Parts: sequence; structure tokens; C-alpha cells
Amino acid sequence: MHELSICEGILQVIEDQAAEQKFTSVEKVRLEIGALAGVELEALKFGFDVVTKNSLAENAVLEIITVDGTAWCMPCQKPVPISQRYDACPECGGFQLQVTSGDELRIKDLEVN
Amino acid sequence: MVQIEQDILSKNDAYAAENRGYLKALGILALNFVSSPGSGKTTLLARTITDLKGDVPITVIEGDQQTANDAERIRATGAKAVQVNTGKGCHLDGHMVGRALESLAPEKNSLLFIENVGNLVCPAGFDLGEKLKVVILSVTEGEDKPLKYPDMFHAAGLMLLNKIDLLPYLNFDVDLCIENARRVNPDIRVLQVSATSGEGLDDWYAWIKSEATQTQSKEA
Repeated sequence: MHELSICEGILQVIEDQAAEQKFTSVEKVRLEIGALAGVELEALKFGFDVVTKNSLAENAVLEIITVDGTAWCMPCQKPVPISQRYDACPECGGFQLQVTSGDELRIKDLEVN
Repeated sequence: MVQIEQDILSKNDAYAAENRGYLKALGILALNFVSSPGSGKTTLLARTITDLKGDVPITVIEGDQQTANDAERIRATGAKAVQVNTGKGCHLDGHMVGRALESLAPEKNSLLFIENVGNLVCPAGFDLGEKLKVVILSVTEGEDKPLKYPDMFHAAGLMLLNKIDLLPYLNFDVDLCIENARRVNPDIRVLQVSATSGEGLDDWYAWIKSEATQTQSKEA
């Protein structure tokens, strides 16, 4: 449900950048979204179209780069892949994990005119 | 091509950082209370305020989609409270809290309780400038809530397991619940309380006082 506010956040960043870097329309927006960021990608795409209506990013293509979840396992002393926050370490089965990537929620770059 | 490399919620984070700076300068301990609807958040806060208000001034920001009912319940305890209605929104954000702080004008070395919208999903991602999130889970909910809503339990520093006076009537496995919470957040602290019977509240108050002492401004 908060995908809509995330889209509003995206548009705010774009509008601030447009004022700063003097562009007037956006062709493409590339996002980096982590697997653990708690974002439903379909809802995000839908929200993006709604929020960008009548804005400088109307009709912009939304490209999403997903980032896999990785955690540092304390007992194993190494990084391990995880797909959910409650996953156990795939090597030792323990839960002493510190998420190191996969919670990204970033705008990477824009193609603009 | 314009390189942005900026967090999508950077605007919110900037408001939150502003709030945090303001609160820190005044030595105010701010706690962001999150839970599902009906966990007993408002009852627990009202009881906490009633029991602590003689020791320390407390102000409250109440977030709900609609109605001012909760702010009225809090004001009945004598604490200053503002209600923020998020309308269609599912969470409070840094900007809303900043505006609420302006009208509340909390005093130096006081406590600020922010009661977020009852929702175990969205408030996890929105920093408000608090020192930490306190997640309230009642024993009438399932012990697997931390696994169903991992982001929230991951984001919280303390879990209050509420309504423990009802445990004799329920099939709720406290140890399993705590184990589940530690699976998503190995560092989470857990306190078992009942806002109705008062069980465990002394530990909760001791925790608040210790956090508040660490937060207080040293300047006279």
C-alpha cells in the first residue's frame, strides 16, 4: 500500500533534479529495488503511472533493477544469499544474520530531455 | 542520461533528520510505536503516561487514518497530544511529524511518544526522526506475526508483548514468538507486559527511564 508514497518520493526527487539540472521531460527512470525492500513491483509500476500523470515524467518508461538479498552470517563469518528477512543461513541454518544488501530503494539514473 | 544515485525516500529521510536534530538538541527521547490495529497501543500509552507523568513531561503525536478519538483518549490522561490524520495514507512520515512538533512544542528533556497508524507494513520504511521503534504485539495475535511482517520486527529496537494477562486463556507460545522475532532481528529486546493488569510495566518504565537518561541534554 505504501508503493504510492514511494512513487510520490520518486517524482519529488525527479522534480528537484529537473529544477537543478534544467531538464523538462523524462524518458526513462531506472530504479534499484532490493528483494528485501518490502516493495511489490507490480504495485510500484501501477503507482508510478498514476503519480506521474500530468508531470514531467508522464509516459516515462520505468526500468527496475532488482538487487538480491545478502546477509553476513556471524557464525560462518561470510556473506550468504537470503531471499527473506526470516531466512536461515543456507550454510549453518542459524539466524545470526546481518542484512548487507537487498534493502535498496534507490533512483539510479534518468534519461531526460 | 542523468546520474541520480539517490534514495527514493531521501526527502522523507531529510525531514526525519531535521526532526532528529531538533529532538536531540532538546534532549527529548522520541519513541515511534508501531503495531497492528487492536494490539492495545493506545491503552498501553495512556497507562504509561498516567504512571510516568509525575516524573517527566510527555507529549504525544497520534497517527490514524481518521478520527481524533485516540488523541482525546491521550488528552484525558493530561498529556499534550496532537492528532495527525493521514487520510488515505497508511503511515506517518517525517514531514507530518515535523509539523506536529511545531504545534506541540515539547519541553526540554521530555518524552515524545509517536503512535503510528496501526499497520505492520508501511510504517517500517518511514523514518520519523525517532530514537527507536517500539513494536507492540499482543498475545491475542499469532506468534508468527514477526515472520509474517519481518520488516517491522527488523526495524524495531524493542518488542512489547502486550496483554499477557490473557495468556491462561490462549494457546500462545511466548517462547516461540520471541524466537520468531529474534529470527528477523537477533538484537531485538523483548519485554512482556499487560497494560490492564500492570504486569511487567515496571520493567518497561525502567527501560524508558534508562533510554531517557542517555538522551537527555547535559546542558543546564
